[in-house]
Amino acid sequence: HLATSLPLPSERDHLRPRIDLIAFMIDIKSKYSLKNVEASLAHVDASFFLGKVCFLVTGVGRVNYCSVEMNAIWKLGEVYCSPVLFCELELEGIRVATAQRLLRMLQICAGHVPGVSALSFSSLMRSSADE
Amino acid sequence: ENVDPQRTAFLLRKQWTLYSVSPLYGFSNAQLRDYARLLSAFIAAEKQKGLAVEVGVELDIKVAVSSLPDLKGSDQDQAAILVQLSSRSPASPKNSEEKLVWLGWFCCVAGDDLSQNVPEDFTCLPLFLANGAESYTSIVGSWFQKTFDCCFRRLAISPLNLSWMAAMWTGCKVEKTASAMELVFSVPCLPQPLDISYAIHPEDAKALWDTVQKTPGEITQEEVDVFMDCLYSHFHRHFKIHLSATKLVKVSTAIASAHCDGIVKFLQSQYLTGVLMLLTELAISQIQ
Repeated sequence: HLATSLPLPSERDHLRPRIDLIAFMIDIKSKYSLKNVEASLAHVDASFFLGKVCFLVTGVGRVNYCSVEMNAIWKLGEVYCSPVLFCELELEGIRVATAQRLLRMLQICAGHVPGVSALSFSSLMRSSADE
Repeated sequence: ENVDPQRTAFLLRKQWTLYSVSPLYGFSNAQLRDYARLLSAFIAAEKQKGLAVEVGVELDIKVAVSSLPDLKGSDQDQAAILVQLSSRSPASPKNSEEKLVWLGWFCCVAGDDLSQNVPEDFTCLPLFLANGAESYTSIVGSWFQKTFDCCFRRLAISPLNLSWMAAMWTGCKVEKTASAMELVFSVPCLPQPLDISYAIHPEDAKALWDTVQKTPGEITQEEVDVFMDCLYSHFHRHFKIHLSATKLVKVSTAIASAHCDGIVKFLQSQYLTGVLMLLTELAISQIQ
């Protein structure tokens, strides 16, 4: 399900399936997208931040189009205890690889992978990013 | 800041295209005249090969290479090197005036980050600025690259860096008759390209910056963000357009202007070194 911002419209609440993973997309070329994500984060229930949220940063291929400071994004990942992934939307290979990664994460968050919980997976991702 | 404004006045109000240059190997300040001779011969040879700049006009290109000792940040920096190409038509008399056709200069202002890390035989002049025909820039560039084993790359300026420049230059004190601060934004994802130009009265901009900046002489990323956000919200209130979703492509203030394609203009000699320091930093980060 795609949305441009949160909260989702309440009229469709009863028709909506359970949400297992929220991927917030930040376009490094648009300061507005960062502000939008920051505002939307306030509408997310705290339980989601136990491994069911990730940040997906796009547009990183072109350093000279950067309107968002990388430090601000790292800080967001730290504050919300969620991993930061990078994707260059224009390159098909990276797009496909990222989609596969997200799908794998989704399977874990939905509980379809026995022995791995969303929380344990996200702490695994974070500790490997710190190294 | 003991830059003699008279000596650097010729650098003002010209459009300069920026390049980053990797350290030059075997460059010597004592051989500038020899370099001028060699470059002159190279240009003549390129013309012979048919790479003439102006078709149908036979021009004698004279090369002058000199040093600009005023343009540096500290004593550790290399003095700036100026290359001038002037022409005289062979038909006109020997002592008639030569016309300047191209100007280029290498400089390094507060480039300790780079110069401290290079071996002895290398000279650090990471910033190159060119004014004049691109074909001359290309010929001069190839000669330097061949002779000193260095690499020239166009220096682009990101929107993030442009917003730093907007904040820094707004804070500079200028006389009452300063020109407006202008920001130009390019709107993405439209079938027709659209540019938005946002002009702000210089006193209003300075007043805003003064309320944002906490420590004079120091600027933080947060302060730049707050400054830009104020400008964006003000614009949004009036026009319902989110400038933060567009790309900042050009910043113009009373002391200098800069375009994301790496094109700058210096407008005030008292701030020349300051702007060069920022550009040197950008050039060094592009090289590393």
